[in-house]
Amino acid sequence: MSSNAAIVDHNVPPGEPPHIHHMDSKTAYGAAKLGMWLFLATEVLLFAVMFCSFALMRYYHLEEFHDASHHLYLWAGAFNTAVLLFSSYTAAVAVTKAQLGDNKAVVKNFGISILCGFIFLAVKTFEYSGKAHHGMFPFVWNENFYEYKNFLGIYYCMTGLHALHVIIGMVVMYLYGVRPAMNNRFSGKYYTPVELSALYWHLVDLIWIYLFPLLYLVG
Amino acid sequence: MEHSQSHDEEGHVVPVSTFTKILIALLCLTVLTVAAAQVDLGKWNIVGALIIASMKASLVILVFMHGKYENKILWIYILLPFVLLAILIGGVFTDDPFRDQLIHFEVEK
Repeated sequence: MSSNAAIVDHNVPPGEPPHIHHMDSKTAYGAAKLGMWLFLATEVLLFAVMFCSFALMRYYHLEEFHDASHHLYLWAGAFNTAVLLFSSYTAAVAVTKAQLGDNKAVVKNFGISILCGFIFLAVKTFEYSGKAHHGMFPFVWNENFYEYKNFLGIYYCMTGLHALHVIIGMVVMYLYGVRPAMNNRFSGKYYTPVELSALYWHLVDLIWIYLFPLLYLVG
Repeated sequence: MEHSQSHDEEGHVVPVSTFTKILIALLCLTVLTVAAAQVDLGKWNIVGALIIASMKASLVILVFMHGKYENKILWIYILLPFVLLAILIGGVFTDDPFRDQLIHFEVEK
């Protein structure tokens, strides 16, 4: 059996919740959502440690952080912010569409979000390669890197971990949103996977909302 | 919301127009934060940037993530990580910058 079977249960008619024998679907929905928010809380705490290190590093190396942040491409960061905000919007719209049973619109809106994810990563690659060109990237470093080593260290840790979350979010939206929706899986009775994957994508957006001004604007 | 309706899963259907308004507000705040950073306000730059970022985050949590329609138990889950982040930063910043002011006791051999 392909892994498709695990996600699209063909024994359940389209639009009906999966068979859960120990609880009704309303309880299952509430429990799933609570679990997702608990997971998101642990994700926030993962980034919390990095935000705390950022604050401490900035406290000790204020001058360096100011200078270094001017070396980042402000417009690339601003453009990426707009891209992520828009993708978050389409993800939110996908949930509404799933609740109304419009599976085609779920595919379309999550598709746009995934496309925005690709655009975000492309811009990020462009930024990283620009840094590499100036010797400010791991493995190609030179004296430019060492001048700003504290800022660049935390910059690559935070944006790298965030980019990893972007990739995971895109995979999650495809597996649990787009693919089941292509099988007309969702309706007002059952849309939990759409809502939970959209929540994950919003978290990715939330982290970037803080990363952008801290790294690109105030340094 | 005027279009709130109860479903099997008890979720709220938020109209797309609400999301559109929020998106426009978020984009405006992004422009505002970039513009504010061009003015040198000293240490107030970061304060302003964080306030605007928190406004944007609130909009995303309340509307995009349906936080507005969630119950109190779920709100504990939403707020807890921010409380823990505040404790973490508060703890680190009342400790590390003052390390060199500690009285060092010489240990007699």
